[in-house]
Amino acid sequence: MKTTRKIFGLSIKMFLMLVILIFIYAPLSWLFLSSISTRAELLATPPRWIPEHPTLQNYRDILVPGTAVSEVARTFKNTLLNSFIVASTTTVICLLVGSLAAYALARLRMRYRNHIFLGILSVRMIPEISLVIPLYIAAAFLGWRDRPIILIVTYLSFALPFAIWMLTTFFETVPIELEDAALIDGSSRLGTLFRVVLPVASPGLVSTALFTFLLAWDEFFFALLFTSTIQAKTVPVAIAEFTGRYAVDITAMMTGGILAALPPVILALIFQRYIVSGLSAGAVKG
Amino acid sequence: MILARRADAAMDLPMTQAALPKPRQSLRQQEARDAFLMLLPGLLIIFVITLIPVLYTFILSFTDTPLSNPRPQNFTGLQNYLAFLKQPLFWQTIWRTFYFTVVSVGIELVLGLAIATLLHSRPPGWKFLRTSLIIPWAVPTIVNGALWRWIYNADYGALNGLLLSLGIITKYQPWLTQPDLAMNLVIVADVWHSMPFIVLILSAALATIPTDLEEAAQVDGATAWQRFWLIRMPLLKPAILVALVIRTVEAFRVFDIIYVITQGGPAFRTVTISYLTYLESFSYGKLGSGSALSFLISIFTLAMALVYIRLLYRPEGRQ
Repeated sequence: MKTTRKIFGLSIKMFLMLVILIFIYAPLSWLFLSSISTRAELLATPPRWIPEHPTLQNYRDILVPGTAVSEVARTFKNTLLNSFIVASTTTVICLLVGSLAAYALARLRMRYRNHIFLGILSVRMIPEISLVIPLYIAAAFLGWRDRPIILIVTYLSFALPFAIWMLTTFFETVPIELEDAALIDGSSRLGTLFRVVLPVASPGLVSTALFTFLLAWDEFFFALLFTSTIQAKTVPVAIAEFTGRYAVDITAMMTGGILAALPPVILALIFQRYIVSGLSAGAVKG
Repeated sequence: MILARRADAAMDLPMTQAALPKPRQSLRQQEARDAFLMLLPGLLIIFVITLIPVLYTFILSFTDTPLSNPRPQNFTGLQNYLAFLKQPLFWQTIWRTFYFTVVSVGIELVLGLAIATLLHSRPPGWKFLRTSLIIPWAVPTIVNGALWRWIYNADYGALNGLLLSLGIITKYQPWLTQPDLAMNLVIVADVWHSMPFIVLILSAALATIPTDLEEAAQVDGATAWQRFWLIRMPLLKPAILVALVIRTVEAFRVFDIIYVITQGGPAFRTVTISYLTYLESFSYGKLGSGSALSFLISIFTLAMALVYIRLLYRPEGRQ
């Protein structure tokens, strides 16, 4: 009696898991299969799910552009590079500036500490759209439109408060005795931060770096408004451009989609552990 | 090389100071000064790129400033706000944004809770499922939008192909141009992308709940249903609230996915408040009313932020 119920329960669970896995993987497979199909096969009705002649031509078109390829596809590589530059620079700045601020917030006694911390938390909630108009004006004034620097600077508006907050929660878990020992041994604050706290809190640093990078890689709104040419255009803008008003270049769009998704997906899978610990620390991609 | 040495020197300089014996009060002052210096770069950046722009937006919202000449001009008082309150389009947009927020976050929460519970019972293959859930979450929002737009494609899309081969439809449908359907299709795409986030948060929270409580309740004869609602749910409440608030704030300002899937169509039926702000400011070039709208979004977000802070911030847990 008990075992039949158990088997029944288990088969229900396995069935549910199967449904969830299909919901996750069906769109992903369609994305992948579209990227290795020829356009002719892709536009068959009803669709041929598995292409008869799978091809890497779409990837070649994007990575080793020939002449017969659309402008967006030809310049896609540049946008990948721009995304890398913008996302990694933003991450590095956030870690540097964020560690300093987070250490002060987590450890040092000062007046208004709680007010500052709450202020940073609420800044994280300010929507991009209420910043964009003044930033747009400032970018035009400084001549920063269509340059990576405007993206790096504007991305700090959401990434930095996020990083400070996340690092503060991580630094608070570092045993205070370690620092006391270092301070008694005559180490300065910065010395203690760099030689004692950061090494001990390195899982937190990895988590924060990961989340910050993903946030910056994902960002679309600022990139859409501030960039227009391959000088600074990032991957999300390029993907959106594939859906041009007149012709939608499906194969290129799906291939670009795979290439744009690979870096964050691979990072997230490799550092899975840090994502889970980051989420447990109450820190979250937002 | 030189730079590195300089940084080292700077790091070592206060060391000698700290080594000097000093009266207690001044140590305290020194600590406050260090704290100030360490916070300064971060606060300065935040001040320049967020607080000043927010104030500027606020000022613009009382003007009739065109995009072509974006210096605040033609002060019109509350005109922009009042004009919106009188427009049916504005209220329809607000209602639509709430619809998107409530439905997508609601579905994500229910599904997320169910899947986290399933994962927590550790069925065979649970680790594979958890890893799989990370993928849609990590896929960039724009790629997610492009993918679903292609799935819904009227002439060649996978949804049409699938339903036709299953015999559910007899001919291909233009899904995204159906006014009552478009927003719900956007919601499905959003659920695919965002639901895993809730699963991951709730799974992490479930892992911290001690198992002996539920075991004790089971020994005392509580049913699985009772154990779930009376023990697990109260303990999960903080994590649920956090996930809820974060997702609500995010969903309320949805823009990217709508830009890619529907561009606000058909006939404005998927225009949300952020999208309207974008149109108002950058398509119609009316910075004044665009600013008024974005300020309204900020107010709502700020209200959510207060809830958020209440939930996350426990002063007694810190020194």
